[in-house]
Amino acid sequence: MTLTEIRIHGRGGQGNVVAANLLAMAAFETGRYGQAFPNFGAERRGAPVVAFVRIADASILRRCQIQTPAFLIIQDEALLHIPGVTDGLLPGGKILVNSSKAADEFSAPDNTELITLPASLIAKKFLGRPVPNTALLAAFLSLTNLFPIDALVTVLAHKFSGSILEHNTQLIHQAADQVPNGHWQETIHATGH
Amino acid sequence: MQQAIEGSLAIARAVALCKPQVVAAYPITPQTHIVENIAKLVADGVLDCNLVSVESEFSAASVVLGAAAAGSRTYTASASQGILLMCEVLYNIAGLRIPTVLTCANRAVSAPLSIWNDQQDSMAVRDAGWIQLYCADNQEAVDTTIQAFRIAERCEIPVMVCVDGFTLTHTLEPIEIPEAEQVNTFLPPYKFSRSLNPQQPISIGTLLSPDLFPEARHSHHQALLNAEQEIISAANDWAQICGRAGPDLLEANGPDEARIGILIMGSVYGTLADARNHYSDLEPIRLIKLRAFRPFPVKALQEACQGLDKIIVLDRALSPGSGGILGNEVRSALYEIENAPQVYNFAIGLGGRDVPMDTLPQLISAIRNNTHEYFRVFDAVMERLPEEDR
Repeated sequence: MTLTEIRIHGRGGQGNVVAANLLAMAAFETGRYGQAFPNFGAERRGAPVVAFVRIADASILRRCQIQTPAFLIIQDEALLHIPGVTDGLLPGGKILVNSSKAADEFSAPDNTELITLPASLIAKKFLGRPVPNTALLAAFLSLTNLFPIDALVTVLAHKFSGSILEHNTQLIHQAADQVPNGHWQETIHATGH
Repeated sequence: MQQAIEGSLAIARAVALCKPQVVAAYPITPQTHIVENIAKLVADGVLDCNLVSVESEFSAASVVLGAAAAGSRTYTASASQGILLMCEVLYNIAGLRIPTVLTCANRAVSAPLSIWNDQQDSMAVRDAGWIQLYCADNQEAVDTTIQAFRIAERCEIPVMVCVDGFTLTHTLEPIEIPEAEQVNTFLPPYKFSRSLNPQQPISIGTLLSPDLFPEARHSHHQALLNAEQEIISAANDWAQICGRAGPDLLEANGPDEARIGILIMGSVYGTLADARNHYSDLEPIRLIKLRAFRPFPVKALQEACQGLDKIIVLDRALSPGSGGILGNEVRSALYEIENAPQVYNFAIGLGGRDVPMDTLPQLISAIRNNTHEYFRVFDAVMERLPEEDR
């Protein structure tokens, strides 16, 4: 069984849980098994929050937190300075960061790769609000080819219609185009357990 | 049809399919998305139901008691301190033999204040006279919710559906939501045999003198024991209708040659099952998922433990000064059988402490040495405690 484990770090109000749920729902749209859950704390806006996503080709039994992810999605670059955020990332693991800075301005753990995407700016442009989650998911799917990004559009189409859906679709394609397609494809098979 | 949805939403939809006429709930923490989603279904006109937003869990349980006594199908949900605040009314609902269904989104009880998952809340009311069924995953939560209404109504005993808070209630995963037709076939409209009716007035909850009290208690106890059959038949009949077999009182699985068993209630089961596949070099292990805690299925448990030398009982709650609650019940159930396995009892995952995959090899290695441990909090890190507290 191929099991891909992803940990999403963000701040309260950035749509961290929404991002995790969207990714799992999109995986389900493509016939895969998706599991998403938050690591709840005493939530308030701005506080660091974590959510977990597992994607597999068969049903997922485990319900523990993801301690050894293959991928980290970081919605706020400042979180990279908080101890523990990159803990457990597998050797060869990948980090996608919402930032308008270049990747080499950040220090990633040894034997991992970090790519940046100005997700808040893209969201501001297409949606008028700097909510980075959907753009990051689109870029993540483009980098990994875990499944087609159209599934993301399908899931959004369950919730939105008209111009909102149209703007989100444009955002998804724009974000996907800004990263090297398939660059992280091999990493989806990396698992800690 | 299978849908990728959050556990709380799936449970809300399952409740709506059972068409409760009155839902009463305290809408503020500790509460889950279950009643929030039911409120949406009512607002959207999907569920025709009297939704009563009350000022406390005590009132939520009281509204449900009154409405069910007056002949309505009723539902409520709570967790943690909310269950404790309901406690007095929970005893009354059960003692009056009033059928209702409550989802307990299992959470720790303060102090220390915690919002996270364990099963201390439902364990605190285990003697209230309710049927308690524990769910290992969200599919079981959906199926058990539907079965619970039939069990409650046929036995005239309230049913508490225990679902691990956050671990299940806040997890999104593919869940099969039954068709309305399937639920209608399974669950006939509610008709309460002792419904309050101004045309034929009766009194309920009156004073019972010592002359009759022990008999009333005995018949309540007997009714719970008899409920085993309804729990089994509900599981079987529902499996026939939905084509999905789930556990009844309990479920044991593993190779016949297994000499080590692990018994657990709730969602940690999935992690242990996954870990058993993953750590394939471990000795054969039989996993026992206990679904019915009240009534406590002594016979089924004795059968499930046949052939085991050792059984690890994992508690998600603690009786301070005694040890594990489930552990002691299992010990007591196995005491009289021949060649009973040795019981190792650990509390684990208290207050939301994560139960990771490598718990399984750690458990197995803990029982390998010959010193028999009666009980301990398995994941407590002793080095963090002052010497006198270890």
